[in-house]
Amino acid sequence: MNKHTKTKNSSGKGEGEITSVVNRRLFLRSAGLATSLGTIVIAAGCNDDDDDPMIPGTGDTVDLGSGDIGVLNYAYALEQLEAAFYTQVIQTPYNGITDAEKAILTDIRDHEIVHRDFFKAALGDKAIKGLTPNFAAIDFSKKEAVLGAAKLFEDTGVAAYNGAGKLIKDPNYLLLAGKIVSVEARHAAVIRDLINPKSADFAGDDIIDANGMDKAIAPADILMAVKGYVKDTITGANVGK
Amino acid sequence: MDIFKIIDQFQQIDGDAVGRIEYASRRHFMNRVGSKLASAAIPTAFAAIVNKAFAQSAAAVDVLNYALTLEYLEDEFYKAGNAAANLIPASDKTIFTQIGKHETQHVAFLVKALGSKAIAKPTFDFKYGGAFGDVFTNYKTFVTVSSALEDTGVRAYKGQAGALIADPQILEYALQVHSIEARHAAVARRLAATLLGNTAMKGWITGKEGAVAAIYAGEDNMTQGGVNLKGLASKSDAAITEAFDEPLTKEAVLAIAGPFIKK
Repeated sequence: MNKHTKTKNSSGKGEGEITSVVNRRLFLRSAGLATSLGTIVIAAGCNDDDDDPMIPGTGDTVDLGSGDIGVLNYAYALEQLEAAFYTQVIQTPYNGITDAEKAILTDIRDHEIVHRDFFKAALGDKAIKGLTPNFAAIDFSKKEAVLGAAKLFEDTGVAAYNGAGKLIKDPNYLLLAGKIVSVEARHAAVIRDLINPKSADFAGDDIIDANGMDKAIAPADILMAVKGYVKDTITGANVGK
Repeated sequence: MDIFKIIDQFQQIDGDAVGRIEYASRRHFMNRVGSKLASAAIPTAFAAIVNKAFAQSAAAVDVLNYALTLEYLEDEFYKAGNAAANLIPASDKTIFTQIGKHETQHVAFLVKALGSKAIAKPTFDFKYGGAFGDVFTNYKTFVTVSSALEDTGVRAYKGQAGALIADPQILEYALQVHSIEARHAAVARRLAATLLGNTAMKGWITGKEGAVAAIYAGEDNMTQGGVNLKGLASKSDAAITEAFDEPLTKEAVLAIAGPFIKK
């Protein structure tokens, strides 16, 4: 059976861990955020439990939680996957990567790490644990494989934020999601333009509908779509509820 | 939005309809109503119900008409640009045809959604009182204005999200358009960066880097959720500002767009 884990000071991986702890404390001290976040932390306090946060390995079940905290954890989960993906891309660049491509992918990596650590800090002890990605299906040595996966992650991220917007109750969180989703959309467009330069693919008919609209996809469907890329089992049945 | 009333009215028209819909919850049902709006084969009775749903929030009507103003502006801008001889090089035609197509679709969608409440199309002056006098004869100017319009569009939609929080389906439509404007902006910015020889300009906004300074005021914000993120994850200020796009108020957007609008 899978073990349920709810992490307090979750053991995030990779760079920025220490600063993110510092920033989390800043968050908690900040009068500005305490008013908006504090209320929700108290409201969601019943989710708290005393499980050991350190469950190494895989096969964990991670519950994103409910209400706005659930939405933020949902975003945090997706940003963790994106950050881990681009970290790997830069650590093991694909064959024939150009300087321009590397600069773009490094920028995107940094944005995703900033998003990830921002959510982690904002969520504080409501944050889910650090997820264990599973990128076994991606051949990081091949440009097509890497950019293809990047396109999938970015388009999925855009659709996920678009679909989660109406689940958010606090307008401050809605605005934050809005500030991030357009950056994900910029990533998606640039990745798509790297794959097929000067084509219509940056906002291609393969994803944009006849009203000129991007996709908006509900959490359950997004979690199903990314299931193969994460070793933990993520449950999000109560996200936004 | 009074979903219960809509369902009741719908049942009066087609008593079996609700049972035939696979989703059990009324929330999902509302999504179905919304998605039907996109269909060309929409029955008149159904359309009337949907229009009623849109008509119920005055705040939403305001936001949609504001969006329509900007979409009219963008649509006409690309129509003129794409039609101008010797403006857009063949290599970039596909990009601007695709952007223009989306703006036309956005206008059509908003006009349909607003019905009789839709504002009339204003008259535009794309020369911006002379500042962009060669906008349809000089490709550099055209791309510069394109990137500025798209980035303004992103900021404008973002600034209205909170006003739509009580209208979930309209909020979702707005978000779906918002991310398209961002896709457009990223590509237009990269074209502008190449044409202007500005290597600091990327698909995302570093600090407040952009071709038309006034449009990027506040994009260098480092404070999110009430906390200054300086040093977060040991990343540079540039990366942190790039990671978040900033909203603009309606007033600020209309001040920027004002010189484009003759009446």
